Amino acid sequence: MTALTDDTLPVTPRAMRDEMIVFVVMALLLVAVPFSGIYPFFVMQALCFALLACAFNLLIGYGGLLSFGHAMFMGTAGYCSAHALKVWALPPELGILVGIVAAFGLSLITGFISIRRQGIYFSMITLALSQLLYFIYLQAPFTHGEDGIQGIPQGHMFGVLDLSKPTVLYYVVLVGFLAGFLLIYRIINSPFGEVLKSIRENEPRAISLGYRTDQYKFLAFVLSGTLAGFAGALKVFVAQNASLTDVHWTMSGEVVLMTLVGGLGTIFGPVVGAFAIIAMQQYLAGFGQWVTVIQGSIFVICVLTFRRGVVGEVAHYFRRSL
Amino acid sequence: MQALYAQLLVGLINGSFYALLSLGLAVIFGMLNIINFAHGALYMMGAFVAYFLLNLGGISYWWALLFAPIIVGIFGMILERTMLKFLTGLDHLYGLLLTFGIALIVQGVFQNFFGSSGLPYAIPDQLKGGMNLGFMFLPIYRGWVVIFSLVVCLATWFLIEKTRLGAYLRAATENPTLVRAFGINVPRMITLTYGLGVGLAALAGVLSAPINQVRPLMGADLIIVVFAVVVIGGMGSIMGSIITGFALGVIEGLTKYFYPEASNTVVFVLMVLVLLVKPTGLTGRAA
Repeated sequence: MTALTDDTLPVTPRAMRDEMIVFVVMALLLVAVPFSGIYPFFVMQALCFALLACAFNLLIGYGGLLSFGHAMFMGTAGYCSAHALKVWALPPELGILVGIVAAFGLSLITGFISIRRQGIYFSMITLALSQLLYFIYLQAPFTHGEDGIQGIPQGHMFGVLDLSKPTVLYYVVLVGFLAGFLLIYRIINSPFGEVLKSIRENEPRAISLGYRTDQYKFLAFVLSGTLAGFAGALKVFVAQNASLTDVHWTMSGEVVLMTLVGGLGTIFGPVVGAFAIIAMQQYLAGFGQWVTVIQGSIFVICVLTFRRGVVGEVAHYFRRSL
Repeated sequence: MQALYAQLLVGLINGSFYALLSLGLAVIFGMLNIINFAHGALYMMGAFVAYFLLNLGGISYWWALLFAPIIVGIFGMILERTMLKFLTGLDHLYGLLLTFGIALIVQGVFQNFFGSSGLPYAIPDQLKGGMNLGFMFLPIYRGWVVIFSLVVCLATWFLIEKTRLGAYLRAATENPTLVRAFGINVPRMITLTYGLGVGLAALAGVLSAPINQVRPLMGADLIIVVFAVVVIGGMGSIMGSIITGFALGVIEGLTKYFYPEASNTVVFVLMVLVLLVKPTGLTGRAA
């Protein structure tokens, strides 16, 4: 099996410095958004998907596991958070927690099942599991089927932050995104992350070195699923609904697309990809089904000519890791 | 009891489609090392080609059974020659992503022109009506689908397991370089194999056109079920794919009768159970 990234660079102090500079620039740009006149709803939505794509990328880019069902974590967390906020009338911070715990529980179960097979089978299993969940949510009473959970109260976070004000909500979502992003960055650069990368490059060798690779992959799966759930819980406050589209396989496909466009196994790639795909959907919304065709074409073009993705190509050009 | 037999028949029909599709997936995976995500879209194309042949060319169902798989098969071979070919040696996942993209393109284009609703395709005159078997009423077309699919599946099994061509194919699956050294044109064989797998999907599409109507998304959800079938059966054996496909169809049919709420999910639940008990799948070797 060939490696995903053919030019893995060692982690050097210079690489760390580059990454921190890019991170600070990204954070500053995002902080400045409300003053720029850009529609904040669009950026908030993109941030949620960016976090989801980063969580997905943790699994594929660093663990070499292609999950084709990551929407199930986002959708499950979304439904549970929405239910907690609307029916149980919990405050926002607890609502988010409920969503995260739900995604955590789901990733424990699905991870236990899907980690048993490798490579292409893993992708098919995750896809099938997410479809199973889709049908369960379609029939379960608390999700309200086709209608979804609508009109979710945004409430006051910690009793003081009024989330119904767009600017306040924007900064809460931004803080959530940056926290999630830094956590993923920390995981990637931890000893655990190094082992994960070695499993991606050559699993039999990692096993022969004495690593229980299944446990590492399982932990990566759970971390990824839980973080994807966090993204889903945040998205509830932005969209104020939780619906079946968030659990459908097309959504899982979009997450894959975002990460592929930005660059598999790059730190900033999923963020760039998420903004690019969300922007594209926004501007091409009037073209109906042609959006699907365009997305499909991007998949084909990326796989055939552009496998490193936008950020991956830039990093390759400058011989840096980003 | 009538209802039970009726659901069993529906199960057998779905099982025929699962068998034809998972068979094609297994054959393609063996040669190309690619999981063909476009399989559902190509199944749909088979149904649409039959629809066009009838409504634009006045060509009957019987000729469509022959021509639709050939036309879609040629389309598949063009895909293989222009795109899939370049993935040789890359990680498996790129094949999945590329064919997923192709599926989105094909389904999107058809949705643009035909919306999401179904187009009717009439049952051919010779297969209209039904038979009274004493214990149940058998619509002839449905019986035909089951028997014809079974024959095609067994013929494919025979082709791959018992003929000289099949022997080349199996050898090329094991060691393409060596087979090439014997002077066999392996790239052409890969193209033809993809054409064969795709043709089987298109054939399933033609068979299903009179039953399920012709819809752009008719293969989109089906392919996910077929993936679960493939995970349960494993892709190591041709006969395994056929038996698993039919068996799961029947189990799904029984579920529709005894516990209809679970009929959408039963295949996935079975997949989970099989993974817990025997992770390599029922017939598969360790991946």
